[in-house]
Amino acid sequence: MTTASLRLALVGAPNTGKTSLFNRLTGSSQKVANYPGVTVERKSGGFVTPQGRNVTVLDLPGTYSLRGRSPDEEITRDIVLGRFKGEAVPDLVFCVADATNLRLTLRLVLELKRIGRPMILVLNMIDIARRRGVTIDLDRLSQELGLPIVTSVAVRKGGVDDLLKRTDEFLARSRETPATGQWTAPTIADLKAAQREADRIIAASVTLPAKPDTLTNRIDAVVLHPVAGLVILALILFVMFQAVFTWAQPAMELLSDGFSALGQVVHDVLPEGLLQSFLQNGVISGVGSVIVFLPQIIIIFLFILLLEDFGYMARAAFLMDRIMGGAGLHGRAFIPLLSSFACAIPGIMATRVIDNRRDRLTTILIAPLMTCSARIPVYTLIISAFVPAKMLWGWVNLQGLVMFGLYAAGITSALTVSAVAKFFLWRDHAPAPFMLELPDYKIPRLRSIAIGVFTRAKMFLYRAGTTILSMMVLIWFLASFPTAPAGAEGPAINYSFAAMIGHALEPLLRPIGFNWQIAVALIPGMAAREVAVAALGTVYSIEGGKEAAEAIGQVLAQKWTLPTALSLLVWYIFAPQCASTLAVIRRETGSAKWMVVTFVYMLALAYVASFLTFNLAQALGLH
Amino acid sequence: MTRDPNSSQDIRLGHADRGFVGKILRLDALQTGSSLSPHELEQRLVEMGFVEGARVEILHEGTIRRDPIAVRVDTITIALRRSEAMAVIVE
Repeated sequence: MTTASLRLALVGAPNTGKTSLFNRLTGSSQKVANYPGVTVERKSGGFVTPQGRNVTVLDLPGTYSLRGRSPDEEITRDIVLGRFKGEAVPDLVFCVADATNLRLTLRLVLELKRIGRPMILVLNMIDIARRRGVTIDLDRLSQELGLPIVTSVAVRKGGVDDLLKRTDEFLARSRETPATGQWTAPTIADLKAAQREADRIIAASVTLPAKPDTLTNRIDAVVLHPVAGLVILALILFVMFQAVFTWAQPAMELLSDGFSALGQVVHDVLPEGLLQSFLQNGVISGVGSVIVFLPQIIIIFLFILLLEDFGYMARAAFLMDRIMGGAGLHGRAFIPLLSSFACAIPGIMATRVIDNRRDRLTTILIAPLMTCSARIPVYTLIISAFVPAKMLWGWVNLQGLVMFGLYAAGITSALTVSAVAKFFLWRDHAPAPFMLELPDYKIPRLRSIAIGVFTRAKMFLYRAGTTILSMMVLIWFLASFPTAPAGAEGPAINYSFAAMIGHALEPLLRPIGFNWQIAVALIPGMAAREVAVAALGTVYSIEGGKEAAEAIGQVLAQKWTLPTALSLLVWYIFAPQCASTLAVIRRETGSAKWMVVTFVYMLALAYVASFLTFNLAQALGLH
Repeated sequence: MTRDPNSSQDIRLGHADRGFVGKILRLDALQTGSSLSPHELEQRLVEMGFVEGARVEILHEGTIRRDPIAVRVDTITIALRRSEAMAVIVE
């Protein structure tokens, strides 16, 4: 018996509740990183068994077979085979299966068995299977497969007790690690034979209910209806964006009031001077103006994760496949693109589910055009300053409507760019296949979703605490030094580095209606889009005194014309204002070429669109 | 419903309408209009459970040109495009 912790790996097909099981086992003690050299997400965590032994868990990417047709699936295979550099071979494999739907997983189990790692088959969602009247003869199944079987309900407290007990039993036995079996890719004949064997085992050990569950079919009859389905999809997206505005409001006001109160405390406690200005204007108002958007980010992720868990995401891909196909996109691109609404970085990373390289490249190129959450602060600020908060037809919030329009503009331009790319870059390229399992609908697992939302909120706060804070310090420095000479007229910022940079860029940006303050804010905005809001706050609050920091929007409404505000909104739809996204594109495509292509095309689009917007708005006499 | 020219009984799943119920006779991934090589397409179909003898039913169709289709294959539902479904010969 060794004292080192047991290395456990979770393997399974998509939609088997593998992630819920992982969440249940490890709670919120998860670490998300990347496998070295590649950009596949490595999710690990740990737990302690009832008998006090440490177990580290690795949640391997979902796969239908060990063939490895995408980078994710290759990682799953290589780790299970012990071939992956820097990753120890797992001591024990949990192969997770959806008890309501064993067909595809059992074939994977048969493939895994050939490798010869110690393995336990986990029949997850056993409660749903029982409720539907599916009876599984566990002894028979275990005997047929030659594997121990445990049932689990990952979403319920105590639902994995058996699993923990079995892990202890496994540890108690003397552990002799069998030599890793030689593995060769199965031929089509092998696959067919394995599927037939799986079907035979299922026939022998599983009794399906006389009356099959038709709930999923009845929901799908509406949700996948050629017309109604699209209407429902549009409604879901519309409600999502209205919710982002309406529900988040009270929490945002609370946060905003909290930060200004904190700033006031600092102002009262510290003596007048550089330190006071640094803490109040640089740190607190800067970071505060970004953290205020946490409620909106939580709501967006809540929707995305809920839809994913419910089983709707695959349906959305089904509905959108042909429509996106018209723009040269794959139905599978829908999920990465939808994730890009939260942040282009996970979106671009999620394009790994698209195995055709050209489809993947197109999706990566346009993912940054999807309105990510970092744009929300900029949009919200300008919309609330320039668009009246009135209701149209009694129920549509005008501000929400403008927001919806900005999202729609992002989507439309993304589809257009994709169509253009398809025409010019890969004209002679046939469309890639679309093949996706439509899982049965399931009631979303709230605990799992809570962990998912929590992890993302933590990432956002971490970013606010590091990148954004350091950018805020930089911009405060640029806006405060050099100090104004004695007896100088006008606000001190007019003598700072920030003003110099802003003035230098101003001639370039004047045709699109930007003043030098905007030019200053755009530079730190390259680190993260939302920093631009905080930067504007710093630039204007230092210029205008502390009252301005409390209501950046009011100041903007006084200082900017409507054409300038509209031009900046349009700029933010297109501009490549995010260094981390560009870095991820380089990493994912393996070359700087696509990063440069993305940067240049987005910058060009942004400039042209802002130029048109500004001049059109002026010609229409808006002010 | 369009008949496969090779036989009066065999139908390509890609040609079938919504509501079609049948049994898979074999896979024939040559000349399907898919961008995948016949070998790759056949392998993927098998991985998604399209094997000889399986019961198939077309449950849903997409909005544009009734494509893609959602097919019940024994106990699971798979969404795929008609061009790939052409490789599935059913009766």
